Amino acid sequence: MKMHFNRKHLVIPYGLFLVLFVIIPLGFIVYYAFTNGSTGSFSLANFIKFFASPTSLSTLLLSIGVALLTTAVCLLIAYPIAYILARSKFKKKSVLLMLFVLPMWINFVLRINALREFLDLIGLLDQAHLFNTILGMVYDFLPFMILPLYTTLIKLDKSMLEASADLGSHPVSTFAKVTLPLSMPGIVSGITMVFMPTMTNYVISDTLGLGHVTIIGKFIEECFGARSDWHLGSAIALVLLMIIFVSMLVSGGFKEEDNGSRGAGLW
Amino acid sequence: MSEKIIQLIDVYKEYDKNVAVENVTFYVKKGEFVTFLGPSGCGKTTTLRMIAGFEMPTGGQILLNGKDVTSIPPHKRPINTVFQRYALFPHLDVFDNVAFGLRNKKVKTTKTDKNGNKVEKLAKLSNQVIAQKVTDALKMVDLEGFEERNVTTLSGGQQQRVAIARAIVNEPEILLLDEPLGALDLKMRKDMQIELKELHKKLGMTFIYVTHDQEEALTMSDTVVVMKDGMIQQIGTPMDIYNEPKNVFVADFIGESNILSGIMVGKYKIKFLGHTFDCVDDFALNDHVDVVVRPEDIKMVDADDGMINGVVIDSIFKGMHYEMTVKVGKSELTIQSTKERKVGEMIGMNIQPDNIHIMAKEFTTNVYDGYITKNNTVVFGDGEFDADVTQLYPGSHLDEEGYLITKEGEQIDLTDVDVRVEVGLKDIDIDDITDELEETASAVGKIISIIYKGDHYQLIVRTEENEEDYVFDTEYLWNENDTVAISIPKDKIKLSLKAEVKK
Ligand SMILES: Nc1ncnc2c1ncn2[C@@H]1O[C@H](COP(=O)(O)OP(=O)(O)OP(=O)(O)O)[C@@H](O)[C@H]1O
Ligand SMILES: [Mg+2]
Repeated sequence: MKMHFNRKHLVIPYGLFLVLFVIIPLGFIVYYAFTNGSTGSFSLANFIKFFASPTSLSTLLLSIGVALLTTAVCLLIAYPIAYILARSKFKKKSVLLMLFVLPMWINFVLRINALREFLDLIGLLDQAHLFNTILGMVYDFLPFMILPLYTTLIKLDKSMLEASADLGSHPVSTFAKVTLPLSMPGIVSGITMVFMPTMTNYVISDTLGLGHVTIIGKFIEECFGARSDWHLGSAIALVLLMIIFVSMLVSGGFKEEDNGSRGAGLW
Repeated sequence: MSEKIIQLIDVYKEYDKNVAVENVTFYVKKGEFVTFLGPSGCGKTTTLRMIAGFEMPTGGQILLNGKDVTSIPPHKRPINTVFQRYALFPHLDVFDNVAFGLRNKKVKTTKTDKNGNKVEKLAKLSNQVIAQKVTDALKMVDLEGFEERNVTTLSGGQQQRVAIARAIVNEPEILLLDEPLGALDLKMRKDMQIELKELHKKLGMTFIYVTHDQEEALTMSDTVVVMKDGMIQQIGTPMDIYNEPKNVFVADFIGESNILSGIMVGKYKIKFLGHTFDCVDDFALNDHVDVVVRPEDIKMVDADDGMINGVVIDSIFKGMHYEMTVKVGKSELTIQSTKERKVGEMIGMNIQPDNIHIMAKEFTTNVYDGYITKNNTVVFGDGEFDADVTQLYPGSHLDEEGYLITKEGEQIDLTDVDVRVEVGLKDIDIDDITDELEETASAVGKIISIIYKGDHYQLIVRTEENEEDYVFDTEYLWNENDTVAISIPKDKIKLSLKAEVKK
């Protein structure tokens, strides 16, 4: 039999990947989340256990708080950087951009430990656990905020800014009325790139919070490790997944409004 | 109508040492419809952007109502722009796009305060006023009911109208339009031309319009500014520009023209196409001039009944008339007539004196048609000259057999290749003819004109055979009618290919 190569065949590896690494693991998680540890029968006990426990709930709240704060600080730092980079007349802008993104390519554990040593050196390590954790998170995730912002801002049509000035807007009001709304897709993808990972990146909170800051990711890790309660761990993972899903829906609404800057969503 | 609303004085603009606009000086009267016309890259947009305030001139001054605004930022100028690509805000709907400028506006209002005193205050326009103005502006451009539409869902023509509404709603003193119809199809463009013209009449605003479409410029404007290479070529009414083009560029760019080389042979006498015509322009005897004749100004008659004869070599029916190409000697003329003559037929032609537009040739170089011989010499101007043919291909050289080897190692035979030859006015030498020179000289001719130019003489030497002219400057005084030998240094003969050479 002759094999006819068809474009449709290109979908096979992708489908295979999807099934192997997404659908099946997800099935396992759903299965574990909704089953009872001892009997293996269907139960909502894991979720009840999670939401009924004050510690786990406060961990979730703390995680959300840390993630919110990290995201906000990242946005506040990244926006001016991305804006200046995108607007600078410097010909080798990408080199400048690289300087900010470069840390991303250095091993993450190494970076965090270096920061830890630095904090230790200035005597801050054991003084401000939450601050250190957030500092580490910001340090680590900043590039993920800069990149999508930079790509939207660099694509921003300069004639929009000229049109705004032409219609009598002061540069500050041009920023508020044109630049900011048009860079919304970049802001949204930056937020999704930073917010979710910070909720679960317990390596940073462990290393810099010295065990005093427990975020939800750590909790899940404990369930699968020390407490060996895969059922509870799966349930929490599913809860997180729902949070991601909901936040994606919200940000998705933003993106559809502006087809022009869609590409930035790739980041 | 006589007030100068905007005035540019010696405005100059360069980008990284490249000149975009060179010493542009002109003014626009209040209420006028002025169009910048010129080929791509001639500096129209740059000029407009300097008026809007997006670019700062490198030199010169821009006056608005007599006041210097050269360094005032765009948001403080009472000028609005319709951008070439519309530049509508995609995150706002039609209403908010049009209202954008109004929301920035502050107007003086008098209010009575607690103590009963009248105080003048700057206040934003009320939402009611804004809504009314937006509705009126949208009505003006035929877009009523489009308020809530997303601008990205509009057609090109509709976006165009929104862009116009967004600008005119602010009642600017000057409206700038940069090729606003460039992206529309022909039919839509024609309709919009009429609508814009009517809008101009209705609003009484000053319009400064940019286009590279000469027909658009001529039909819409009160005044046309023709530009080329960053310089203004001519400013005038459409009629002036069409009927009295100032130079060959304008003649060629505006409408169809026959552009020919001529020589003044007497007072109000000009010779071109081998015939001496009467004309109405006066130039110095023996001046080399350019002659422009519009196709519709050449009247076709029977062969031998006219001033000149020619053979029809092409004929196309153009709806209202036939457009024919006629060969006269070595030149080709385009003529228009309601009667058709078959290809190959001989016809006669007449040109009335006032239809012959003569303009001074800006003579900077001698230009000849030439060809390369098998010895790699160049034949032009009734002579044969040694020239450096390797300049046609940078980095090339000649091999022993006389083939040209390019930088890439390709072998090219240049024999009989047509070239354009340029020789500067300072690069031609002459010697008194001797018997020996008669044999060896590159070219021989007779001095027909000597003009004293202050510190040097400009001579014209004409050859006998084809009456080719060599124009050049010299410090020495020669005698008219002397026969001389012409020589040109090998490295001063500039060659360029007329067409790609087959390898
Ligand atoms: N920002 C810039 N930087 C460098 N060069 C520029 C810039 N803007 C324009 N130029 C140059 O200035 C010259 C004039 O450009 P301009 O845009 O004014 O031409 P134009 O007459 O509007 O042409 P077109 O009909 O193609 O729009 C061109 O050679 C262009 O390359
Ligand atoms: Mg332009």
